[in-house]
Amino acid sequence: MNLEEVPQDEAFLIEGRIRDVCYVVDPDGHYTRALSKGWAPKNEAIKLAWNLIYEHAEETRRQVLEGTLSPIAFYMEINVMDVSILSNYMELSKRKVRKHLLMKGFKKLRPEMLSRYAEVLNITPGELVDADRIRAIVLKHED
Amino acid sequence: MKIDFQHNQAAHCENGVTANLLQYYGIKLSEPMVFGMGSGYFFSHMPFIKLNGMSVTSFRVLPGWIFKRVTHRLGISVKRRKFTNPEKAMKELDTLLEAGKPVGMLVGVFHLPYFPKEYRFHFNAHNITVFGKEGDRYFVSDPVMENIETLTYEELKKVRFARGTYPPKGRMYYIDKVPDSPDINPAIIAGIRKTAKDMLTIPLPMFGTGGIRYLAKNLRKWPAKLGDKSAALNLSQVIRMLEEIGTGGAGFRFIYAAFLQECSEKLSQPFLNDLSKEMTAIGDAWRNFAWNAARCFKNRNNGEITYDMLAELLMAIADKEEEVFSKIRVLKL
Repeated sequence: MNLEEVPQDEAFLIEGRIRDVCYVVDPDGHYTRALSKGWAPKNEAIKLAWNLIYEHAEETRRQVLEGTLSPIAFYMEINVMDVSILSNYMELSKRKVRKHLLMKGFKKLRPEMLSRYAEVLNITPGELVDADRIRAIVLKHED
Repeated sequence: MKIDFQHNQAAHCENGVTANLLQYYGIKLSEPMVFGMGSGYFFSHMPFIKLNGMSVTSFRVLPGWIFKRVTHRLGISVKRRKFTNPEKAMKELDTLLEAGKPVGMLVGVFHLPYFPKEYRFHFNAHNITVFGKEGDRYFVSDPVMENIETLTYEELKKVRFARGTYPPKGRMYYIDKVPDSPDINPAIIAGIRKTAKDMLTIPLPMFGTGGIRYLAKNLRKWPAKLGDKSAALNLSQVIRMLEEIGTGGAGFRFIYAAFLQECSEKLSQPFLNDLSKEMTAIGDAWRNFAWNAARCFKNRNNGEITYDMLAELLMAIADKEEEVFSKIRVLKL
């Protein structure tokens, strides 16, 4: 890639804070460095990954509001976790965590356990049980 | 207390931490030099190992190997620690900082507050250097950031004890002893040789230039085997590994081209500059692949770019990489 071809397709990176270092060839044929704000194919790849996460979370939200799945299932997905990562953070077995992903198991959780889940999911215990908050979360890219 | 530590941004975190630490101890090496000397260049495609449900494809060696190889090849002695107790891990860090030692460490990126949200996945092999503390705040040299950042005690503890795949467990490392005048050229040559050998001779289909062909072979089957949606996702994952923060463009191929160019001067081997040009062409071919792949996964089903076409691009790249490393292997350095 030549110096004048360095892409500047802005999407997720922040100028002055975090940009990609690219190694490029200058007009004399020497390697040099340049900063890039992003490149469309890569941005598309990242968007695709997030859209899929949002798609799953939307479906989970529906089931939470319906009363089959628990809020933990929803917040687990928007924290990009799976059962294995969440059980690691909680220091619980995967089997137990799976129980808590269902509304039935969630209702039996003691307050201490709820606050531990809330901490791991980066919210307060109050927010964890707040259905309106779950309804209000926007699952989409800010373009 | 703040150590007089120079933060230089780098494309890749491990190259950056290695180069910045070495510079602190008076050994000035560029990022491409660190990457090449540490034999960072590689390729592997492992469909049976899944990360977030997708096959693992990588354009570099395993995390930690670059630092290990560079320090080993220069005769630098390194100390490493890992912990079960987070408080103890933080206390040990403070003791080292008090003693004036900048400390490299592994952290998870998910809880790094200064990272853009879209980049915050549960990836646990990010490297940073901590070089000071004032009150509750630690000074952090994160090589992918343009400037110095800070983290609070709690924030740093959290990222050092991230959970998930390969938890960092507070792992930290620092340079203990540096030889008076380390021999640079033999270390470079050892680095080049190892890369050429590993790219060409590992007798398993997943690794080296053969690994690129293996990816091509698998990629052809994705639409039929996985369905359009999952095929697109797997393809986008390859592009992320190729281009996401830290590769310097085209899966480290451009960094390696820069390394070969620097070597041609350092070792007075003009031929290496020709190979650098060939490596640049390989990088450009990878970017062409990425560009076409993005069109493919963005406009699913329109058939303009097929997986077969992408596989053909990969086969051509594999041939080119094999050619370059075969030439390197027979070089008298």
